[in-house]
Amino acid sequence: MTRDEALFQFLLRMGDNTLILGHRVSEWCGHAPVLEEDIALANTALDLIGQTQFWLGLAGEVEGQGRSADDLAFLRDAWDFRNLLLVELPNGDFGQTLMRQFLFDAFQSVLLGRLMTSSDARVAEIAAKASKEVAYHVERSADTVVGLGDGTAESHARMQAALNYLWPYVGEMFLGDAVDAAMAEAGIAPDPASLRADFNALVERVLSEATLGIPKGEFAHKGGRNGYMHTEHLGHLLATMQWLQRAYPGASW
Amino acid sequence: MAQVATDRIWDWLDQVPDPEIPVISLVDLGIIRGLEWRGDALQVTVTPTYSGCPATSVINLDIISALNGHGIENVVLKQQISPPWTTDWLSEKGRGKLEEYGIAPPQAAGGPDRCPRCKGRNLERLSQFGSTPCKAAWRCRDCLEPFDYFKCI
Repeated sequence: MTRDEALFQFLLRMGDNTLILGHRVSEWCGHAPVLEEDIALANTALDLIGQTQFWLGLAGEVEGQGRSADDLAFLRDAWDFRNLLLVELPNGDFGQTLMRQFLFDAFQSVLLGRLMTSSDARVAEIAAKASKEVAYHVERSADTVVGLGDGTAESHARMQAALNYLWPYVGEMFLGDAVDAAMAEAGIAPDPASLRADFNALVERVLSEATLGIPKGEFAHKGGRNGYMHTEHLGHLLATMQWLQRAYPGASW
Repeated sequence: MAQVATDRIWDWLDQVPDPEIPVISLVDLGIIRGLEWRGDALQVTVTPTYSGCPATSVINLDIISALNGHGIENVVLKQQISPPWTTDWLSEKGRGKLEEYGIAPPQAAGGPDRCPRCKGRNLERLSQFGSTPCKAAWRCRDCLEPFDYFKCI
């Protein structure tokens, strides 16, 4: 694996996380419990999809095969996606969506902070741009997790159930492989394991304020970021997201 | 055609309204980062406010059509994301116009200074996100009117 091949994989991981989560969050448009939350979810999705254009745009440039961000988003099949399993899971209820958002935002805010000093200026520039938006995302998702966790008996129970369900998907964020080793060696991106302490500190503080308990156990579902095995949910998501380009190749407006 | 002085072109672009908040210009918004003649082509460097701002493509079209309207045929747009856009780049003129329009201008403190309508200072946040990515939803407890706040980033 050359340095550029590893960089391409790393950029797909960044771009696929924001693309798939952005699509999932956009599924709430018109369905959120109150108007303000509907707008907030749509804005978050928009930021994520905007960041995707940068990450996948750069991925296409690094790959050098003439593929654009749109080509990568709409013309790859499930096995070529490199997102975390966490972000492809169905939305569940509003609480589960916000819990997933918080866990991802916490990870992303720590990661982007490190990427801002990447040895690759293009990566550092995207990280600097995205981290401003993610600072807003994590503030809101943390506030909502606290509000619902430390809310009524019903909202507390739902948030604890969401955390119990989602927590086994957190471990994958920190499992490095040969791609990560190549990125760390080149100073382009940190070893994911090195992000865990900062992530834990942030997440433990917020979840404790939310009166929620982190499940015990180290088991981690994995296979998304290396493409080994996605969940069955990704294919259904792609069918919705990609159908227009698949049915009408090259369609534009 | 002869190269028009960039000072004049800045004035022209200051007449092009932001598509979402038409009371301020693209120059007021601080997203035009540079103008440079390269031979007979004018390079306009533009930075996005938010990564996913859907107004970006409209803004690009508006820049090109405004400059074409002033006789500059060959316009090259260059997207630049570093340094990232900040609300510090909003012009003083733009901040005043935002408030007049009913949008509280960004403040370093992280929230609006006063209600853009009644100037009351008894304010509460309704949502961190508003009608566009760059705004949050607030309400004035004095006049009870909701209003947009231009987020500080």
